[in-house]
Amino acid sequence: MSTRQTAPPPVVALCDIVTRFGDNLVHDGLDLDIGAGEIVALVGGSGSGKTTLLRHIIGLTEPAAGSVRLFGEALHAGSVHERLARQRRFGVLFQQGALFSAFTVGENIAFPLRELGVVSEDEIRDLVALKLAMVEMEASDALLMPAELSGGMVKRAALARALALEPELLLLDEPTAGLDPDRSASFVRLILSLHRELGLTVVLVTHDLDTLAAMASKVAVLADRRILSYASIEDTLRVDHPFIERFFGGAHGRRALRHAKESG
Amino acid sequence: MGPAGGAPVQARDVVELGPDGIRLNGDWTLRALAARLPGVRRRLRAAPAGAAWSLTEVTRLDSFGATLLWQAWGRQWPASLDASQAQREVIERVARAAAKPLPAMPGFTVIDAVVLLGSVLIGFVRHVRDFVALLGQLFLDLLHLLRHPREWPLLEISANVHKVGVKAMPVTALVGFLIGVVLSYLSALQLKTFGADVFIVNILGLGIIRELGPVLVSVLVAGRSGSAMTAQLGVMRVTEEIDALAAMGVSRSLRLVLPKVIALTLAMPLLVLWTSAIALLGGWVSAWVELDLSFHYFVEALPEAVPIANLYIGLAKGAVFGLLIALIACHFGLRVQPNTESLSSNTTASVVSAITVVILVDAVFAIATRSIGLPA
Repeated sequence: MSTRQTAPPPVVALCDIVTRFGDNLVHDGLDLDIGAGEIVALVGGSGSGKTTLLRHIIGLTEPAAGSVRLFGEALHAGSVHERLARQRRFGVLFQQGALFSAFTVGENIAFPLRELGVVSEDEIRDLVALKLAMVEMEASDALLMPAELSGGMVKRAALARALALEPELLLLDEPTAGLDPDRSASFVRLILSLHRELGLTVVLVTHDLDTLAAMASKVAVLADRRILSYASIEDTLRVDHPFIERFFGGAHGRRALRHAKESG
Repeated sequence: MGPAGGAPVQARDVVELGPDGIRLNGDWTLRALAARLPGVRRRLRAAPAGAAWSLTEVTRLDSFGATLLWQAWGRQWPASLDASQAQREVIERVARAAAKPLPAMPGFTVIDAVVLLGSVLIGFVRHVRDFVALLGQLFLDLLHLLRHPREWPLLEISANVHKVGVKAMPVTALVGFLIGVVLSYLSALQLKTFGADVFIVNILGLGIIRELGPVLVSVLVAGRSGSAMTAQLGVMRVTEEIDALAAMGVSRSLRLVLPKVIALTLAMPLLVLWTSAIALLGGWVSAWVELDLSFHYFVEALPEAVPIANLYIGLAKGAVFGLLIALIACHFGLRVQPNTESLSSNTTASVVSAITVVILVDAVFAIATRSIGLPA
């Protein structure tokens, strides 16, 4: 921190990542730098290790080799206290929401704030109301149990919880999977508006071309065990590779991208 | 960590009380403020009412910082505020959300108590109804299997016998042996004072074979296999595996419940036999050390002291207890709702109910068999 750098360090810097499950080599010398304010979509075939890469960034799993740096610092560097402080700088939206089923929605959102141990109950109440409003839920929804929510509501509530600690980096695992097109479009609008207001950096794993076209400022294509291309959608389409051809090339893909360009 | 006694942490404090109003400096974010929040709150409270506020030196303002300010202002805009448009928007958003407060958890009233009582009663009736329905379904399944012998789920039954029977042998043996040792040791101490050493065989034989063996195994199996069955069925419900079975037209009672019930009903008498034998062995070891009783004498005297009917009673109890434990475990397993709380409460209820029912039925057995197998 003592030396002033000319450019701010990338929010996420993955360097030479190697991941192995038994004999199965998933990542082999993978590099990826994500700058502040980007919305990066991580795409790749099934089993190409997108979610695993996300889990490396969160620190739930560790790569066999290579380094993960968040906000310019190594993920596991420093004291326990510093590591904890770094973990509180990002929020995660898990694929199934991962709301604590024993808590109400309000308690779920309040949970990370309570864990901090410094925020008063009055402030927590106001902040929970604010986060609910941010994800376009009603204040009365705070009393519902996660089992009473629909799929789209679960995602919204989980997003509100991920936003509780005012993260700079938001990690989304399949944010629109399991939502109907209408809800998935409104969820995308929601994240885009949050991105605009809060200046978040967003990393999302997705299979959904509509989501990708509507949101991503950059696309990172994970194929052949590394990042094949990391560029805007237009530039990604120019890359000549069988996976990119299959993923974006279908009739549906072209239509989705054209539609996004027209409406965007 | 903790409050630094209100001393300024940096050269410029985040809250500066000046003659011409209050000036806020630096980052007003959760991360920046968290470490010195008590001091910041104290200084905000010290601000005089109606003071002028300046946010021009604030570099970043997040919704936590805005909430802190909004509460310090008494939930209204201060008379004089110097802030940028972006900052006003952040605070405005907090103000809008705070104006619609979260609904409070409803309190507990007399009506709620009546509703609670009613729901407990209805819940109990539902329990009984579901349990009877499960029994009826299993009966129908058995009839179906008698007419279609090719559909017996033999593989599942055999797998379950292995799981609840064979794998339970070490732990039941260990517990049985130790109980036998302790029971025999305590009895031997008493019998020695009366010079009635030889009756140790009667006490151990009758106590373990007729009573202790079946109940001990039931408690262990309810804790070990009953909880596992409930949890397994519960998780299968949560992951929709049971629905998947139903969608394929496979009866869940035939494939999931019946094999467990049959397996435990078959395995329990064998476990009782095994555990009783090991407990008797432990009892003999203790009697040998304490009373110098030979193994030969122990084995010779046992059939005379304990009529064979006691063994049959013990085995019958084992079968009945096994049936009950499996039925209760499956009953609670099928009631699990898709959340962690329901899984834990149903597993607990399964084990507690199984043990309670076993002991109740054991009392019934004691009354029903009071004239069988006891030396006159």
